[in-house]
Amino acid sequence: MAVLQQVFFIALLATIFWLVYRRASLIRSTILLGKSEDRTDQPGKRLSTMLRVAFGQKKMFDRPLIGVLHFAVYIGFILINIEILEIVLDGVLGTHRIFAPALGSFYVYLIGFFEILAFGVLLACVIFLIRRSIVHVDRFQPEKHREMSGWPQLDGKLILIFEIVLMLAILSMNAADSVLQEMGDPHYTQTGSFLFSQFLKPLFTGWEPDALVIYERFAWWLHIIGIFVFAIYLTYSKHLHIVLAFPNTYFARLSPKGKMNNMPEITSEVKVMIGLENQNADSVVPERFGAKDVGDLSWKNLMDAYSCTECGRCTEACPANITGKKLSPRKIMMDTRDRLEDVGRNMQANGGIFVPDDKNLIGDYILEEEILACTSCNACVQECPVLINPLDIILQLRRYKIMDEAKAPGSWNMMFQNLDTNQAPWKFSPGDRFNWADAIK
Amino acid sequence: MEENSYKVPTMAEMAAENETPEVLFWVGCAGSFDDRYKKVTVAFVKILNKAKVKFAVLGTEESCTGDPARRAGNEFTFQMLAMSNIQVLDMYGVKKIVTACPHCFNTLKNEYPELGGNYEVLHHSEYLQQLIDEGRVRPENGETFKGKKVTFHDSCYLGRANDIYEAPRHVLEALDADLFEMKRSKVKGLCCGAGGGQMFKEPEKGNKDINIERIEEALATGADTIAVACPFCMIMMTDGLKNKEKEDSVRIYDIAELVAKANGL
Repeated sequence: MAVLQQVFFIALLATIFWLVYRRASLIRSTILLGKSEDRTDQPGKRLSTMLRVAFGQKKMFDRPLIGVLHFAVYIGFILINIEILEIVLDGVLGTHRIFAPALGSFYVYLIGFFEILAFGVLLACVIFLIRRSIVHVDRFQPEKHREMSGWPQLDGKLILIFEIVLMLAILSMNAADSVLQEMGDPHYTQTGSFLFSQFLKPLFTGWEPDALVIYERFAWWLHIIGIFVFAIYLTYSKHLHIVLAFPNTYFARLSPKGKMNNMPEITSEVKVMIGLENQNADSVVPERFGAKDVGDLSWKNLMDAYSCTECGRCTEACPANITGKKLSPRKIMMDTRDRLEDVGRNMQANGGIFVPDDKNLIGDYILEEEILACTSCNACVQECPVLINPLDIILQLRRYKIMDEAKAPGSWNMMFQNLDTNQAPWKFSPGDRFNWADAIK
Repeated sequence: MEENSYKVPTMAEMAAENETPEVLFWVGCAGSFDDRYKKVTVAFVKILNKAKVKFAVLGTEESCTGDPARRAGNEFTFQMLAMSNIQVLDMYGVKKIVTACPHCFNTLKNEYPELGGNYEVLHHSEYLQQLIDEGRVRPENGETFKGKKVTFHDSCYLGRANDIYEAPRHVLEALDADLFEMKRSKVKGLCCGAGGGQMFKEPEKGNKDINIERIEEALATGADTIAVACPFCMIMMTDGLKNKEKEDSVRIYDIAELVAKANGL
């Protein structure tokens, strides 16, 4: 029986690894569809950004209460991995609490510490669930934000319920375990009562030893299978941010927020135009200016899309969105990810190669009206807790509309014309540019 | 100082006399053509004169930096303008530039280097702060701002884009005014609605225009003076104020105008 459990556990573990690996490879290959961009300079600064923003959760503490709750879930997840290691070892080797003999009396403190974390995660998740479902925080409401209806709404709640169940499983498992220890069951290593779960022991008083063992095993399997399922689920979910927050902050832009990326492919053409360079026969005209689809964006833009957890702080700060316009930076990120997921499915169905499907990021996912509404104020960039840059994507899509499709609002065309002929966005003669000084000279 | 005694030398004039200015004052399109913002240009020139700064302007040799073209998606027009500006700046051997426009400031400072134009670029808020700190300009002989309620509207291209929040506030504090912050300020500041090329087109459909939302926030502070440090913000906030029919009780000034007033210029 025990051997059978071990075989089952090892087979399950291998399957999970395989499934997660397959999903991760697919995500990686869709990210790599993006254009190359060097984000490896200044490793020291990058490392410290990652330590502050991802490990230290600096931006989450902009809102202290939420920061503390989020930190509880985060630290719980990281440290509980040590306990998961024990569980996995027990599963593979058919042992029970394999760390207990080696750690001796320290073991009960260690598990007690994990129980504090588990309780913290539980509490935070319950509060978050209430915030999403009952308090109706504005930015999570599908009535106010069209991108939040359906799956994103369910996804946000599912994961919280998931975590609550996982934490209840581990705490009740520990309680049943303690009761079995008190009964002197030889399989259950004597450790003493645990910090939080001891209060759950009354739930198990009067249970038959067999029933207790069955419950303990049930909770053990529920917990570990839950974690396995969670590992797969998060690759399909906005919760991928728990992994990607780290590389995403490491590779974040280090230049001032106001700096727009240069288009070197234009520079040589301009140099020829103004007579700084001779026409070069080798100069290659790029097949497209700006971004029409995800493949035209950089890999970092695409990693941003997978890192977005749809918290909506960007949208909440966006002046266009605040004043009722269609633009929502969160939707820009979600649309980019949706497009990537579609491309990924396409690749999977066609042996790893993307077969054109007549769809594009701009037009089929993101509307022209959305990208035209952006004031490039950087509020969305400022707000993102994991340093996502929605503005960069918006501006690249705009370039495509203007430069490739030559589709601009009439008044912008006027402005361009004025700039070309008068070197000013307004229709004034360049010769009048210095007239202001007449008043004081 | 007599009205007609202010000097506005051009780079061409300076070059003809074999002189180099300490700093180039980049006026910008709004500073050159917009009737309201021309007054800011004049105020800043008066301050430069008063502080005995050896400066020059490009005059008719200046062109738009290209910021609105680039942000509206027209990279070609941007680079055409940028390259010819860089040619002019380099021809005169310009090292240091000061400008009152955060959009010009951002483009000159952050975007010209990649096209070969490398200069030390300052926004006039930083420059004014320096002049005040050095004692070259001090509030005297003019209007007193003691006890006046002032609120400062952060420009995105000065603040979030370039992390300059304190310099304009230091300038206002030097005037002894009482500074009241809006609900959204500094990194959380709300855009005036004009950046990213929006100045040159109608806004997209929504419930409200952005400048109206922002002027409501500014008025909620109870300030009678709204200080700005950007021509776009000046235009948008002034429109908002007119919309609220408050132009008689509340005034909008650029920080350079306030410094000039304090100095009786």
